[in-house]
Amino acid sequence: MSRIHVTTTINGEAAEFLCDAGETLLDVLRDRLGLTGSKEGCGTGDCGACSVVLDGRLVCACLVLGAEAEGRTVGTIEGMTTGEALHPLQRKFLEHAALQCGICTPGFLVAAKALLERTPDPTEEEARYWLAGNLCRCTGYDKIIRAVLDAAAEMREAH
Amino acid sequence: MALDSKTEARKFKIVGTRPLRPDGIDKVTGRARFGADMSAPGMLVGLILRSPHPHARIRSIDTTRAESMEGVHAVVTRADFPAFVEDEALADVLDNCMAGEKALYDGHAVAAVAATSGAVARAALKLIEVEYELLAHVTDVDEAMRPDAPALHEDRADETVPAGMSDNVMARHEFGHGDIDAGFAKADRVLERGYRTEATHQGYIEPHACLATFGSDGQADLWCCTQGHYMVRNTCAAILGMEQGRLRVTASEIGGGFGGKTTVFLEPVALMLSKKAGRPVKMVMGRAEVFRATGPTASSSIDVRIGMAKDGRITAGFAELRYQGGAYPGSPVDMGSMSAFAPYDLEHVKTVGWDVVTNRPKQAAYRAPGAPMAAFAVESAIDELARELGLDPLEVRLKNAAREGTRASYGPTFPAIGLEATLRKAKDHPHWSAPLGPNQGRGVACGFWFNFGGDTCVSLNITPDGTVTVSEGNPDIGGSRASMSMMAAEELGIPYEKVRTIIADTGALGQNDVTDGSRVTFAVGLATIEAARAAKREMCKRAARIWEIEEDAVVWEDGAARPAGPNAGKHPPMSLAEIAAVATNTGGPIAGHCEVNAEGAGVSFATHMVDTEVDPETGAVKILRYTVFQDAGKAVHPAYVEGQFQGGAVQGIGWALNEEYIYGEDGRLQNAGFLDYRIPVASDLPMIDTVILEIPNPGHPYGVRGVGETSIVPPLAAVANAVSHAAGVRLTHLPISPPRLLAAIGAK
Repeated sequence: MSRIHVTTTINGEAAEFLCDAGETLLDVLRDRLGLTGSKEGCGTGDCGACSVVLDGRLVCACLVLGAEAEGRTVGTIEGMTTGEALHPLQRKFLEHAALQCGICTPGFLVAAKALLERTPDPTEEEARYWLAGNLCRCTGYDKIIRAVLDAAAEMREAH
Repeated sequence: MALDSKTEARKFKIVGTRPLRPDGIDKVTGRARFGADMSAPGMLVGLILRSPHPHARIRSIDTTRAESMEGVHAVVTRADFPAFVEDEALADVLDNCMAGEKALYDGHAVAAVAATSGAVARAALKLIEVEYELLAHVTDVDEAMRPDAPALHEDRADETVPAGMSDNVMARHEFGHGDIDAGFAKADRVLERGYRTEATHQGYIEPHACLATFGSDGQADLWCCTQGHYMVRNTCAAILGMEQGRLRVTASEIGGGFGGKTTVFLEPVALMLSKKAGRPVKMVMGRAEVFRATGPTASSSIDVRIGMAKDGRITAGFAELRYQGGAYPGSPVDMGSMSAFAPYDLEHVKTVGWDVVTNRPKQAAYRAPGAPMAAFAVESAIDELARELGLDPLEVRLKNAAREGTRASYGPTFPAIGLEATLRKAKDHPHWSAPLGPNQGRGVACGFWFNFGGDTCVSLNITPDGTVTVSEGNPDIGGSRASMSMMAAEELGIPYEKVRTIIADTGALGQNDVTDGSRVTFAVGLATIEAARAAKREMCKRAARIWEIEEDAVVWEDGAARPAGPNAGKHPPMSLAEIAAVATNTGGPIAGHCEVNAEGAGVSFATHMVDTEVDPETGAVKILRYTVFQDAGKAVHPAYVEGQFQGGAVQGIGWALNEEYIYGEDGRLQNAGFLDYRIPVASDLPMIDTVILEIPNPGHPYGVRGVGETSIVPPLAAVANAVSHAAGVRLTHLPISPPRLLAAIGAK
């Protein structure tokens, strides 16, 4: 079976890879590119642990084919930090103890960042509905929502 | 090790604060390595073939076509494993990992392959030919107890089971004291009611995963996500017939477990595949496999009878509990029977529990195993009685609450406990008196959990520059590395940032029990404190040597050795770093360690309060407000204690309202995915308020009690009570899904 050659941009850097036609973007990121920060919790788009941004749109990488990344830009959790500086969301997640096991954390951070780029001042309800596609089994979401709202407030002040 | 006598007066400097966790940066940047994130050179992909039938005799398995496929390096079936495993429970674990004579549930593993890619492995699975002889099946606990029910096993019942019962009844448990008939005779009102709960899955977001490397020299290495890598080592060694010392297991970061990762599923199979293939083998479950073949907890059918006097005093309590734990003995009905009435001080109490097998996956522990269902039944009955007698449900519980000196319904006499404190706090809380609107109802319930201690090892090493590393053997599932670093820093009198805690592999420490039973902060904390004390004693000895004074004339205070007694003030104090810097010259490296079977885990109680709103047209239930009141003994890192309270409460909400294993007539699981098995999402919930109470556990030097499990015990009943009040009809079958609630409202 011949493989597909894909040229794309991942976290701002040019990348290329070969993949099978049926291979998901998540498999490519994890198994071919070594970007294991995106997690597979279900493989069916129900848990959000593989959330990435594709051309500015929040998607589940398990529901996108690797070949679809051709000529597009992909943003993953690995691209969220600027040098050594954490993104305010990452910092607030730590300060609020918004993670216990941490497996869902990358997906939540990518999804929350996408929320704040569209809605810098979300209500609690808006944050809860935006993040309803990301499952967390440990925290009951309380501290996650607080961290997101607190990060939003800090980011608004910074502007 | 008992509570430090000065604990109550003790001023903690670090314990009780909220520092950042040491593994935090890795987890917010995607660097943390979980089970599926590891690779090895030449690695193969392992996959499992699973039975599509709920009950079938395996007549034959033909693997020749799969084995001859290009890219396939090994195929294993049960025939590859030792024919005999002495320990009966471990033999069941092996049979669950790879079916022997029969496939006992939909999803039961029957064969496995290792191939160069997932695609090749998937294709190879299709070439394995299994000839099944289909057998009648049973998935319901009450049906399985009928004498004519299809039997999964023959002659496996233990001696507690009376003759003439179904072969599916494995054990009978009985607890209690007093004379319940005499107690019921004194009651003004006796309530008898039946309750049912459906099986739920632990629902960790990380599927099971491992990477096995079996060398031709008979030594093996295993990387896996587990709640206990020492358990994995011991279990795999027994199943594979190898020595424990030849298998080294490293625990990955773990993406949730809640009890579901306290056993093995893939690990022995991956090791066997690697042994046969001569290459590393990685196995990762898909979500459907997780649902079909791992976890879940037991489903239950419970009858309760409670007698109450007009003033709210419970005169007698009786419960008969029937739990199905899937295809093998060992449902947590024993712990359900022990915990059912544990919150109450009763003169006459009795529980009887029946352990039943069905054609479902072997149950695994789920947070306070067995207790939430029992509490649902008992706390629902108490609520209904209180309402019938016109009594305040919190007052009724206060009137009957177990206290220090109470003889528990399961035997022991309680030391200092915190149930009463949680009830008083609940009564005084503004939530209790807040107004409710139409279709809204408020529920309360109490919960109990035993908590455990167990085998624990900690090695605390002082580095030459005066920093400290703590090695412990329990996977950190919710921030325990932070708690250990805090307790070590507290004890040594040095900053939190000077301590780093790691989870060591099985070669580095002695035996450690699993991260379960809410034991880690208690038991590993106790061992960490003891290891720090040993290091302090050694450092005092080194200072005495330098000062040329008696060892017992040196004390450790505020992070430094100081001369005491007649020598006080004669030498400037020596800090930990100063002593460490010259350790080579005073006797060599400095470390403290502790190996202990920790006893004295204090029991834990909680009271939960919840407001719900019912939509009478759709049957949907909304959680409006939720408050947890729980005794933590001493909250080492309060943010993570709150997190345990909140997480347990929300898992309980899911169990109460949405989550259930649904089996069709064909015995197959119908909802093996997160779309149809719906765990709570962020938009389902309000903030979960928490109130931490601190009634010190006399069995821990700082007063710590486990907190992880108790929080899932009350919510099933608390939610059911709230919904019952909102809907005006008593709900006795969980989950209270919209169709079930609509049916109940319709039958009103």
